[in-house]
Amino acid sequence: MIALSRTDTSVVGRWWWTVDRWTLAALGLLIALGCLLTLAASPAVAQRIGLDQYHFVRRQFAFLVPALCFMFGASLLTPLWVRRLGLAGFVFFLLLMALTLVMGSEIKGAHRWLYLGGLSLQPSEFVKPCFAVVSAWMFAEQRRVRGFPGNLIAIVLVLVVAGILLMQPDFGMTVVIVAVWLTQFFLAGLPMVLLALGGGVSAAGLGGAYFLSPHVASRIDRFLDPAVGDTYQIQRAMEAFQAGGLFGRGPGDGLVKSVLPDAHTDFIFAVAGEEYGVFLCLVIIAIFAFIVLRSLSRLLSENNLFILLAGTGLIAQFGLQAIINIGVNLRLMPTKGMTLPFISYGGSSLVALALGMGMMLALTRTRPSLRGEL
Amino acid sequence: MILSWLTNRRARRRPCTPADLQAGTPTVHLEGEAKAAIETGRNRVVMAGMIFALVFLVLGGRLIELMVFKSTGEPVVDRTTALLQRLEQPHVPARGAIVDRNGVLLATSLPVAALYADPRQVLSAQDAAAKLVGVLPDLDQAAVARELASGKSFVWLDRDLSPRQEYAVNALGLPGLYFHDEERRVYPEGRLAAQVLGYTDIDGHGIAGVEKYFDARLRDPALRGTPLALSLDVRIQHAVRDELAKSVSTFTAKGGAGIVLDVRTGEVLALVSLPDFDPTHASEATPDERFNRATLGVYELGSVFKTFTLAMAINSGKATMTSGQDATHPIHIDRFTISDDDAKRRWLSIPEIYMYSSNIGAAKTALDVGPAGQRAFLGKLGLLRKASIELPEVGAPLVPREWSTIATMTIGFGHGISVSPLQFTDAAAAMVDGGLLVPATLLKRMPGAAVPAERVISPATSNDIRRLMRLVVAYGTGRQAAAPGYLVGGKTGTAEKVGAHGYRRHANVASFIAAFPIIAPRYVVMIVLDEAHGTKATHGFDTAGWTAAPTAGRVITRIAPILGVPPVDENAPDIERALYVQLPPGDIPAQDRLPATDKREKKVAFN
Repeated sequence: MIALSRTDTSVVGRWWWTVDRWTLAALGLLIALGCLLTLAASPAVAQRIGLDQYHFVRRQFAFLVPALCFMFGASLLTPLWVRRLGLAGFVFFLLLMALTLVMGSEIKGAHRWLYLGGLSLQPSEFVKPCFAVVSAWMFAEQRRVRGFPGNLIAIVLVLVVAGILLMQPDFGMTVVIVAVWLTQFFLAGLPMVLLALGGGVSAAGLGGAYFLSPHVASRIDRFLDPAVGDTYQIQRAMEAFQAGGLFGRGPGDGLVKSVLPDAHTDFIFAVAGEEYGVFLCLVIIAIFAFIVLRSLSRLLSENNLFILLAGTGLIAQFGLQAIINIGVNLRLMPTKGMTLPFISYGGSSLVALALGMGMMLALTRTRPSLRGEL
Repeated sequence: MILSWLTNRRARRRPCTPADLQAGTPTVHLEGEAKAAIETGRNRVVMAGMIFALVFLVLGGRLIELMVFKSTGEPVVDRTTALLQRLEQPHVPARGAIVDRNGVLLATSLPVAALYADPRQVLSAQDAAAKLVGVLPDLDQAAVARELASGKSFVWLDRDLSPRQEYAVNALGLPGLYFHDEERRVYPEGRLAAQVLGYTDIDGHGIAGVEKYFDARLRDPALRGTPLALSLDVRIQHAVRDELAKSVSTFTAKGGAGIVLDVRTGEVLALVSLPDFDPTHASEATPDERFNRATLGVYELGSVFKTFTLAMAINSGKATMTSGQDATHPIHIDRFTISDDDAKRRWLSIPEIYMYSSNIGAAKTALDVGPAGQRAFLGKLGLLRKASIELPEVGAPLVPREWSTIATMTIGFGHGISVSPLQFTDAAAAMVDGGLLVPATLLKRMPGAAVPAERVISPATSNDIRRLMRLVVAYGTGRQAAAPGYLVGGKTGTAEKVGAHGYRRHANVASFIAAFPIIAPRYVVMIVLDEAHGTKATHGFDTAGWTAAPTAGRVITRIAPILGVPPVDENAPDIERALYVQLPPGDIPAQDRLPATDKREKKVAFN
């Protein structure tokens, strides 16, 4: 593949010379680290809950195949097709997400999953990147076509999506989607005054959640005062980081994965810290920061508002999710179930993130001009 | 409309025309406006990038703070290690296990859960009670619902929940239910050593048997990890219990006791009392089942006591293997008559007195030694005080308040004194083991450990007693105890039990004390049958020679191979020579009549 000639004008050849190869390499590294850490953390969890010890490893590796296909396939698209894919995906998965309310199966008190022919699917994971594309289009169209009610449509859509998510309920997902949407709105020229207002509304929403939902209230109480209630997972994570220190206990020698129920998903970063030490953790943070900042810098040279908004939305979602997950692990935020992109176990999350990053790669490809295309 | 936006065909084919600028139709914005929008966007992307960079720096800083400088902002107690140890280490019970001499588990504690509730946190008492009864069918739904609706802050609901039940209750997901970790005592061998082991109360405190005697030891945090090793051997215990149970059933006896003792170490290899019970369900046992006939029960054992009388007389020089007593006439003293059942009405030698179990001969021999000497001798054998055994259930002997002449005579043949089978067995072991009394113990002695021993008779006297006991099994009342090859020696005893109105004719205690191999005894076996009755096979006889003796013989046949005692040729010249006893001419042929003459050993009759 590296041997592709500059003059190769095939689809793959053009892709190779126009795609952001640095980001691609960083994503590949991230996926490789994800495999390593899934191998480290998940056998202990599988054994504890009575499954075959490589149960999660096998499933995660199996999901890697469609994930890589999605990422590569999406990155081949032109911006126009990215938009079409985003819209189609948004409509399709929004319907599925609505279906979870009626026929979803309950896991840990929430209806987020659909079972389709033996596969479990979390539609909201897919709604996340698709919605970023759709809202980017709406904001861009508002600017491009006079009289087009893009902002209004985007506001209606975000209310619908957030409404369904809150009924599931899934506060974490709501926070990420609304935050990304606000970022895009802000980029699309939302006046600072309105941004402050939006921030205020969001804060009020969080406050409302605190007072209306005992679940959220207890999470936040426990964050503010660990003595209030059960901070079992986060306490174990703290011990894990401290035990890890500079060089870690050594691969496979970690203890925390045996006592943490979510060691292979939400707390995989703690497992990494305990077994491999501070350096690997810093490398992981650096990779995330590199992907986010490099993609943003490539978007800076973009002349098309839709591409700018969609790309920023997708990359912000990716970065925000990483920040929330790591922040929770480091006890900088209240406990919130959020996967670490490409590293945590979770099929829907992995495939959906691959789709999102594929679209992002498509948007950051170097192209001569879009004049007339969008 | 939407479709056309999606494809953007119009925009492509029809760039900005004046018509588009008319009101009411969508128009493309001016180039400058679009440029301004993208410029704002770019500026704000830079802001977003700066915020992202800042947050990632914060994360990295926090990571270094946490992992390098180990500061979490609050004290973190390392509980992960403790949790893992709890998960990985074997359960160390709050109460130590009890094992037999070979490490076979006799008693252990299993973790169970006790279920309690805080009714104030229960959402619906009715619903919770219905669900609970669904997984714990033993509960009374109405009572549980009442408890859960009581509004109290704490109610017990159930105890002794297995891990599976605990899981099922947990899976109900009911708020307000809690578990308290407890332990439950279980006895894997069931009834096998019930009275020895005893049992615990529901809080795990020993309240009977070894469980009570060693309660502090079993709960000591420093010792409870090591099992308490008893001297018992489950294989021997089982053989004794099995044979004794068969005899109790065959002879429709009220109960029985069986003991096997290692004469050299004093270790109790088997201690059985029937009827027995399952200590795991001790609360369902009757008082009679809990009663330990081997240590707590004291009995007038009858003729087996003649062993001590003769040993005492020979050891003090008042009698020899060739001396004897005139047994021509019954003895009349005060209101009593002492007579022999199978009266020979002639002078009897010491071996004859023992072999024919002559009460007259034994009484006169005891009198030769005198009350003081007898009391001192029996005291030295430990028969006048409670047996020293590691059990709380030990009966005190019943001894005469005034050691009169008549008491001396009746005690000479085992009446007027009641002792426990265990202390009798221990004293009998000293008679055959060269004259050394070793205190009986229920604890395993470590090989090579010093064994406390006290000389009570000379080795020569002990040798005489061995020959006398062999005589009884070879030619006398104990012939049914013969276990071919194992050279059994022994003595029968059949004593009428004392009732409200004197001795009861058809209620006796039949006993047999046996030692094998008698030429150099390793083990003594004591069998006691409480109120055994004759059967057709015994021609109606209920005496020890027909009941206890064959039981002892079968026990020895079964346990000798387990104990590693090799069979010998009983007629080998050196063995015959060692066990030779001189009897008056013409006496031996009488053996042929022995079963018929083995009548009730009635010792005392009221005038």
